[in-house]
Amino acid sequence: MSVADAGRTSSPGVNWLYKPAVRQFVIQAALVVAILGLIAWLVHNTAVNLADRHIASGFGFLNQRSSFDIVTFLPLTAEDSYGRAILAGLVDTIIVSVLAIIIATIVGVLVGIARLSSNWLIRALSTVYVETLRNIPPLLVILFWYLAVIAALPSPRDAITLGSAISLSNRGFYMPKPIFGAPFVWTVGAFAISLVVAYFVKRWASARQMRTGTPFHSFWAGLAIVVALTLIAFVATGAPLSFEVPVKTRFNVNGGLTLSPEFTSLLLALALYTASFIAEIVRAGILAVSHGQTEAARALGLRHGTTLRLVILPQALRVIVPPLTSEYLNIIKNSSLAVAVGYADLVAVGQSVLNPTGQAIEVVAIWMTFYLGLSILTSVGMNIFNRRIALTER
Amino acid sequence: MSDIQAETDLFFVRQKVVEPMPPPTRSSGLIGWARANLFGSVFDTILSIVGITVALLIIIPLVKWALIDATWVGDNREACAANTAGACWAFIHANIGQFIYGRYPDPERWRVNLFFLLLVAGIVPMAIPSAPFKQLNLLYIFIIFPVVSGLLLVGGFAGLPEVDTEVWGGLFLTLVVSYVGMALSLPFGILLALGRRSEMPGVRAVCVAVIEVARGVPLITVLFMASVMLPLFLPEGVNFDKLLRALIGVSLFASAYMAEVIRGGLQAVPKGQYEGAKAMGLNYWQMTRLIILPQAIRIVIPGIVNTFIGLFKDTSLVYIISIFELLSTIRNSLADPVWATSTTPGTGLAFAAAVFWIFCFGMSQYSQYTERRLNTGHKR
Repeated sequence: MSVADAGRTSSPGVNWLYKPAVRQFVIQAALVVAILGLIAWLVHNTAVNLADRHIASGFGFLNQRSSFDIVTFLPLTAEDSYGRAILAGLVDTIIVSVLAIIIATIVGVLVGIARLSSNWLIRALSTVYVETLRNIPPLLVILFWYLAVIAALPSPRDAITLGSAISLSNRGFYMPKPIFGAPFVWTVGAFAISLVVAYFVKRWASARQMRTGTPFHSFWAGLAIVVALTLIAFVATGAPLSFEVPVKTRFNVNGGLTLSPEFTSLLLALALYTASFIAEIVRAGILAVSHGQTEAARALGLRHGTTLRLVILPQALRVIVPPLTSEYLNIIKNSSLAVAVGYADLVAVGQSVLNPTGQAIEVVAIWMTFYLGLSILTSVGMNIFNRRIALTER
Repeated sequence: MSDIQAETDLFFVRQKVVEPMPPPTRSSGLIGWARANLFGSVFDTILSIVGITVALLIIIPLVKWALIDATWVGDNREACAANTAGACWAFIHANIGQFIYGRYPDPERWRVNLFFLLLVAGIVPMAIPSAPFKQLNLLYIFIIFPVVSGLLLVGGFAGLPEVDTEVWGGLFLTLVVSYVGMALSLPFGILLALGRRSEMPGVRAVCVAVIEVARGVPLITVLFMASVMLPLFLPEGVNFDKLLRALIGVSLFASAYMAEVIRGGLQAVPKGQYEGAKAMGLNYWQMTRLIILPQAIRIVIPGIVNTFIGLFKDTSLVYIISIFELLSTIRNSLADPVWATSTTPGTGLAFAAAVFWIFCFGMSQYSQYTERRLNTGHKR
């Protein structure tokens, strides 16, 4: 307790009702009692209602047979349980979110830099992109891809094809599916080892530059090491990679790797919609770096690209990363719009579990837990990254 | 000067002021502008050529689709089915009443029009900084207008037939949902933000929990919760209107986001303001109402407007509990066999996009205007 508080509480002649500590305690106690009362009342009502409707609460329904016939990334059959179906929905949510985050970041950063280009045309185009996408609902963007673009593509019979392996039709995007042989593990291992080697080359190069001032093209050297080592391992083990090419039948296409219209429209919409926000964040971040920094870097003789890479971007990142995190969280949350086009994500699967079982509370609890969990994981990861790049003040 | 000129008749002394020469054409006019902005360097030139190609690839088909090849008149799908290369504006024209009013009965539509008028009458003077009577205006926006328009739209008294919220829809419902969300999220957001900054750990914990949970889950799950769990939570026999449930969900969700924006404003008010207010002997609520909030809210007006834009876009999600606002009304009519052609979905969605865009772009321009107006710092 601070000195000021101690003085206040011990001053004589003050009615105890006016003591801040007493009042705060009373207010908080009242709030807690009110909330507990509300919760008790809700629980009581719910129990009565559930008893009336003969719904047993609890998570036992997760073990029941689902008899779902839905397509998910995790193989799912009608024999699988509700719990397994929800897990498949979660995996679908994660896959579409992660891919959308990657695409949105790349597009967003490019557009954000383009917004500051000295080229009028590029600036205008990127402004039009940002202002258009930012001001319409994401659901509309998804429906646009789903109903107006992909549904308007030709049927599989007259699909747009690139060679015989890749085809695009209103049934989705078909491409060859890579099939990895067992020795492919060696290639992956070589790739991992080469990354480590490249990292040490980079460390050595930085240390030498610090000591002697001689620069070293560590990026190109590292790239060469990674590509060469991986390729050597791949060829030495007998190129254990083949492709399953989709085969066109009369009405459909079988085999190969398929991106369904639902998945494609959701992914494109999430990525392009969020990219418009990321572009604005990147632009604001670059503008937030004081112009004196650029001038000083130029005065030191750094080139344009080097200035951007070594002076502007590291400082801009500090401004960019916190709002970028919330955009990533928005992608995860907006992926729940999948339910509008029928992509089997966590919400869509949850809804199909909810309808036959009537386990509303449990399903909503599962949704909240998983989304909060994903949000917390993402924020924790981004906060670690943020701490690494944050300004270290002495 | 003239004396000197008069006195000297040396041939090399100029007698007249020479007109300045025009700047070289390479650095002025259209050519100069293009050199500076489009063809500054080799890389710039490549970018420009790519940019022009992309622009033409987008603009030409778009103009052809939306204007040149479009079907403008027609009574059913016949006209559009014959011409699938262009937009089917006849579809929009035929259904525009439904898109604006939903299934609100025809003879009662004047009530919706009156609602639009009352809405404009409240918002326009509020948005103009120099308009007088701001306090009255606030009273109108937060109390008088919602009550009056609620009574007007629902009816059921004084000869106004009752209109069930089941038949509300279209743009009108979008505006109702977003207005209620905005009007409720502001006061609740302020309370949550104050609670989050409170010195009392109990109050703080409750507010943090509400804000973080609401911000951490998608709006769809909140709406589902409002739709499937609210009936379970309430005693037997108490039944909520479906629209009311959606409004509660949307407002709760928007309040959490608003709370974080307001908290930013509260943190930006210098500590001296708090201390000064306390030194003047103001109690907590006087200090908050008279000193802190007016400054805090002024700072975050752009953030508040951005939250409003997000909320406006999010209203499109209430379709999930089968409430038919603009987007879902349009989506429903796409399936109407009278109009279903391969070009109808594109047309309907383009129309929806245009309507949403006008509202959101308008709001974002207003937010930028406010930012400029409040920005007293020095810009480079």
